[in-house]
Amino acid sequence: MKRIIFDLLKYNNEFRIGVCLILIVMTMAVLSFFSPYPPNDVFVVPPDAPPSADYWLGTTSRGQDVFWQLSIAIRNTLAFGLLVALLSRVISIVVGLSSGYLGGWVDRVLMAINDTFIVIPLFPILILFYFVLRDSMSTILLAVIMSSLGWAYDSRLIRSVAMSLKTREFTGTSVFSGMTIFEILTREHLPYVLPIIFSTTLNNMNWSIGLEVTLAVLGFMDINTPTIGGMIYWANQHTAIVAGIWWWITFPVLTVVATFVGLYLIAVSINEYIDPRSRLSRMGGGQT
Amino acid sequence: MPAYFNFAMKRLWQFVLVVFIGINIAYVITHVTPIDPVEQSISAVTSFGNTSPEAIADMRRSLQELYGLKGDWIEQYFSFWRRILKADFGPSLSAFPAPVTSLIARALPWTFGLLVFTTLVSWSIGNLLGALAGYYRHSRSLKLFGVLAMALHPVPYYIVALSLMIVFGFIWPILPITGGSAMDVAQGWNWQFMASVFHHSVLPALSLILIGVGSWFLGMRSLVSNIITEDYVVYAEIGGVAQSRMMGSYIIRNALAPQVTGLAMSLGGIFNGAVITEKIFGYPGLGTLLVDGVYAGDYGLVLGVTSIAIIGVSLSVLIIDLLYPLIDPRVQVAS
Repeated sequence: MKRIIFDLLKYNNEFRIGVCLILIVMTMAVLSFFSPYPPNDVFVVPPDAPPSADYWLGTTSRGQDVFWQLSIAIRNTLAFGLLVALLSRVISIVVGLSSGYLGGWVDRVLMAINDTFIVIPLFPILILFYFVLRDSMSTILLAVIMSSLGWAYDSRLIRSVAMSLKTREFTGTSVFSGMTIFEILTREHLPYVLPIIFSTTLNNMNWSIGLEVTLAVLGFMDINTPTIGGMIYWANQHTAIVAGIWWWITFPVLTVVATFVGLYLIAVSINEYIDPRSRLSRMGGGQT
Repeated sequence: MPAYFNFAMKRLWQFVLVVFIGINIAYVITHVTPIDPVEQSISAVTSFGNTSPEAIADMRRSLQELYGLKGDWIEQYFSFWRRILKADFGPSLSAFPAPVTSLIARALPWTFGLLVFTTLVSWSIGNLLGALAGYYRHSRSLKLFGVLAMALHPVPYYIVALSLMIVFGFIWPILPITGGSAMDVAQGWNWQFMASVFHHSVLPALSLILIGVGSWFLGMRSLVSNIITEDYVVYAEIGGVAQSRMMGSYIIRNALAPQVTGLAMSLGGIFNGAVITEKIFGYPGLGTLLVDGVYAGDYGLVLGVTSIAIIGVSLSVLIIDLLYPLIDPRVQVAS
């Protein structure tokens, strides 16, 4: 594991840029633990101050320091993305591995449901959830809802690997040595799909953070928990762009874009590492 | 033809399943929540001024009838389906007494036009440039495009739309940032109206295309760069097949099949993006209708748009799936 990361750092530009971006964002998130202001308090600093030595990224019209507000917001947003990714990984691993290994009618039923979740437009459904839950919609609840909707694409990917693993010799050996299905799936097959799970985790985080930002910007979630989307929401509520308070909206947007690009680049370079064909073409081999 | 028939039936069955599960999710969400839409609507209406208790009781009765909340849950479930099948979602609460169906019918052409146009444009541009980039992998400008695509592709629609709006609405105001057409132009099939519609659709379309092109480009590039190492391509190259023919019938034709499947799979996501984009640019389509419906607490409208979205997206997926054998003849044999 250590060697893989070291190799990627040494040879892969995309991985290097991605790691740099994510490190910056994470540092920002960690700094939130040292924030001098409580995150939900307003009018703790003079409002509408442009970026200066005192207030690095300026202050908002609600009298909050943009820098410290941003650090707690990115922390919450990242935590949200991670939670959704972890929960939905559980579903997609269970569905993908069992569907690929068991085959037959189990596979057909699971994949029919799976394809349904791939096709259905999720955003209107999420809006419907907000519509009926209103103020009882919390960040945790949203994470649970989104993870139960966003597992399908990755479980198809895991299934395709599991199907090929099933025909490998070691699977037969473990069946004959009396391992239960559960043991085969967790001990024999799971290690093979772990790299894919890791890269899909990053992509899933991107997906869920993107939706969270969008929902929060429209005011369709708990806007009192500071998140990146929530910050943009409040900036829009105070018409920050028209009022010329550009720093209130620019810095959250830049931070979240850095997060997206960083996560994406890391996922892409890991995918490249998994797929040996593209590694070959990177080195200039296999090319005519 | 029986192979194609089998294939088509399978797809049709999947379509029915998608619609069935989707509508059921919508039903469960709206009926298993602790919050009563009837009470919510009543409190929304009665929060302005005084209403007599009798009027409220009247309203409650008619709203329950309207929302199909009368009787036990089996009755409710069937009346819910009956209303979906008849495409009757009752009157809209926020635009009373216009029926939800007519509001949706008015918004649908806008969304449909915007989506079909942007999807086709981004899909073709992305695939064409991706194929070129996979084939001519040392071209400087195509490499630069790859870097741009990589940076833009993971950014969500909202951020791109907002950035475009800031650039072209505030910093360099040359394009209209809201509405579907100019207010002072009457709607009709005349040149002036069409030009205005086009002018207003530039920004929403651009934001959808900017995001869309990237993923098709990256997908196609990696597909093509794998295909050109295949033996038959090498053989054709040695055999002196013309480069344009190589590109068209040997490479793109083969790489296109997974991209068509990808298109079918990503339609839901594209629709999600359109909802946001429409809301940001005040485009008079389904997305704006949906978001405004939520703000106004309009239960029938939100449910109606959600159902139409589920049916519409899965119907388009069905159409793409049914056309798939035209691109990949292998499915006829496979089934």
